[in-house]
Amino acid sequence: MPVTDRRILLVLALVLAAFPWGVRAVGAVSHYLDVMVFAGIFCIVNLGLSLLMGFAGQISLAQAAFFGIGAYSSGILTVQFAWNPWAAMPMGMVLAGLVAWLVGVPALRLKGHYLAMATLGFGVIVHIVFNEEVRWTGGPSGLVDIPGLSVAGTPLRGEIAWYYLVWGTVLVALVFCLNLLHSRVGRALRAIHQEEKAAEAMGIPTARYKVQVFVLSAALAALGGSFYTHYVAFLNPGSFDLMWSIRFMLMVMVGGMQSLWGAVLGTVLMTFVGNEWLQVFADYEVLVYGSILLGMALFLPDGLVSLKSIPVRGWLRTPRSSTEGTQR
Amino acid sequence: MTAITPQAAEPILELDGLGVQFGGVVALRDITYQVPGGIIQSIIGPNGAGKTTLFNCISGLLAPGTGSIRFRRQRIAGWAPHRIAALGLSRTFQQVALFAHMSVLENVMVGRHPRSRSGFLATGLRLPGMRREERELRERARSILDFVGLGDLAAAAAGTLPLGQQKILEIARALATEPRLLLLDEPAGGLNTRETEQLGELIQRIRGRDTTVILVEHDMNLVMDISDRILVLYFGHPLASGTPSAIKDNPEVIQAYLGDDWAESSAASYTSLDNHPGR
Amino acid sequence: MDSAWLQYVFAGLTTGSIYALVAIGYNIIYNVTEIINFAQGEFVMLGGLLAVFFMEGCRLPLPLAFAAAVLAVGAIGLAMERFVIRQARNASVLSLIIITIAFSILLKGSAMFGWGKDPYRLEPFTAGGPLLFGGAALQPQALWVLGLTAVVVVLLSLFFRRSIYGKAMLACADNPNAARMVGVPVRTMVLLSFLLSAAIGAAAGVAITPISLMEYDRGALLGLKGFGAAVLGGLGQFSGALVAGLLLGLAEAFCAGYLSSGYKDAIALVLLLLALFFKPEGLFGSSEAAKLKRF
Repeated sequence: MPVTDRRILLVLALVLAAFPWGVRAVGAVSHYLDVMVFAGIFCIVNLGLSLLMGFAGQISLAQAAFFGIGAYSSGILTVQFAWNPWAAMPMGMVLAGLVAWLVGVPALRLKGHYLAMATLGFGVIVHIVFNEEVRWTGGPSGLVDIPGLSVAGTPLRGEIAWYYLVWGTVLVALVFCLNLLHSRVGRALRAIHQEEKAAEAMGIPTARYKVQVFVLSAALAALGGSFYTHYVAFLNPGSFDLMWSIRFMLMVMVGGMQSLWGAVLGTVLMTFVGNEWLQVFADYEVLVYGSILLGMALFLPDGLVSLKSIPVRGWLRTPRSSTEGTQR
Repeated sequence: MTAITPQAAEPILELDGLGVQFGGVVALRDITYQVPGGIIQSIIGPNGAGKTTLFNCISGLLAPGTGSIRFRRQRIAGWAPHRIAALGLSRTFQQVALFAHMSVLENVMVGRHPRSRSGFLATGLRLPGMRREERELRERARSILDFVGLGDLAAAAAGTLPLGQQKILEIARALATEPRLLLLDEPAGGLNTRETEQLGELIQRIRGRDTTVILVEHDMNLVMDISDRILVLYFGHPLASGTPSAIKDNPEVIQAYLGDDWAESSAASYTSLDNHPGR
Repeated sequence: MDSAWLQYVFAGLTTGSIYALVAIGYNIIYNVTEIINFAQGEFVMLGGLLAVFFMEGCRLPLPLAFAAAVLAVGAIGLAMERFVIRQARNASVLSLIIITIAFSILLKGSAMFGWGKDPYRLEPFTAGGPLLFGGAALQPQALWVLGLTAVVVVLLSLFFRRSIYGKAMLACADNPNAARMVGVPVRTMVLLSFLLSAAIGAAAGVAITPISLMEYDRGALLGLKGFGAAVLGGLGQFSGALVAGLLLGLAEAFCAGYLSSGYKDAIALVLLLLALFFKPEGLFGSSEAAKLKRF
């Protein structure tokens, strides 16, 4: 991992660790922490989406479905089969990964518009299943009384514990994804995005890599879904519809698709926008989302991190990479 | 390594009755040809003769309609390109197809893909084997960049290089796969005279590394200077083959290039075979 | 009981006609621009709701309300091209997809703003009870839907075969650069394709609202199923879209009747996925020609 990324990671970890003490001064501690727990959960989903869409260049409108598969796996296994939540969690990831593999093998042969439609169609089918399989999912009325998580026998209570658990997981996932990107696999994914024909000719099994990164993104989405389930303790299909897939895409886009830092930034920002500042719009928030999405796609397709004038960039840039930047 | 070195006389690539059609248009017709290991083989022909189509077939980007392709004794027709690459065949592209937003070094490191192993888990968790492999990848890529003379530009973004260096970088990336057979599709296109000379010298050094080279090129000076053998394609079918001196005196070839009127008047000078546009 | 299947045939052909019209809308834009417009379904929804507005709100007679709704949605399609798509001429495919999706949720949000979340009904075009055929009931409105589809298909084929504009649009589809060189105003044709496509979607929306009601969030599913018809019929092919749309409608109606009404919506989507995965060139297309298309 380059020095720049390590520095950002360090700063991010420190800021995150200090955040609860910072908001304590403002009052409203539990409220902001609550929003941050959701932001963290969505970050786990969006790290995968950023790998898939920003780096490998493959669009997916099915992330809410994988999020939902993770959520319902955890919900159903713990409520109806009395599983330990920590056992249900990897089960959901495996299941989502398996489904992603089954769908991904044929779907990822498609490109562009066709791939978008295929993942969209798949996402809607999964949403219909959540609604129809009432015996398992509770259907539209939902699944209730989902147990919370406990760590070492102690139930996890209060936003602060959840905050550290979720963001700790985000950091672990982030390090994993950063390692991945700055390696053989990450280079292969970027190569597929930039020049697929040449990537294939250089010996990269492009089809297999696309499916693998799709499976990874599904597993991460499912992990986020599991956390979501145990945090809100209640599920209904409304949280896993097409609009949520679009929302995940929007979060990644706002920060910058081609940067994991952008994914984290955009997710936190848009979660605050959605949970805080748009509450006054109630149902009409969809208009705001549409406008932001349209504006970003038209005028800032590489997201906020592409704005070169952010002053911290100077500090973050190492001497070596600054010569890289000027070299022609 | 020495065990699998082919005998000089043994063919590394065998085409047998190869044919390709696009809709009703015949792009390649009944090509039967063998390339011995260890030589520089050129393929020439007027624009539209099917040279790039032939490369696409051999490297697996295009499935041939009929006929067979044997590379290192394996029947590779219909294989995915990445499998063919892993078997030791690499190529460059006529239209530069670099990973423009990656650094020069990273481009070459991507070329090492078939000669390395770490997958999603190993790289995500930075397992010790992966770190060793990453170091090795980086070193090999640097030595290849030094070999082609781009060592100083390792950190530059590939898309910012001038065209001449991009062409060389494509060769470096292809070399990183450790090919036994390297297909070069018009590497001199867009290069100036000095760069072309250096390219010719580079290609000869590549052959010296026990790599067979097949060159598609319009620059006849380069072709005549470095080729061991030349194959002339004309409307998707072999017209002639032989040594450079045999080809440049072949009346059929001269006629194919220049038409009937020119054939008699300027047959002697091979430089006039050069029909590269804009030259 | 015996006549149930005939009932399903009627239902299937009616909704199938709507899918066919949506599919034709996709094809018109795709042929000229190679864009798949994710907002196509929203045009149908807006057509229905605007017709309700013009009839109930403005007290216009039906033919006028129909025309007003179609024209209004056509204007939205026009605006979409002029002020959104044209801005993104050099955008990547990914950006274009996101742009049409963003536009679709803007339309959906606006509809919710204007009409709320309740479904709206519209009086059938002609009064009168259902016609009985062998024990199955056929709503007069279903005949209107079928008739409208037939009229649209006939007019479109005349337009593309006879009129200079239609021929010019087909030329753009074949090869935009060549079309530009022989003097076809490609930009105008692109504009026209969005207008036409939106108007046809709106007409479908007006016609189906008396049968199935209309609400703000119906667009996405209508769009997806219509896309299913477009793919099954072979993207860009009008007759294929018509046949595939009707087939899709029938499959859905029979599934709802004999298997499960809950999974009625899923059947069309499963068929869409199967088509995309195994026969992306469509039921009637050749795989050779499909390779030449840029998906």
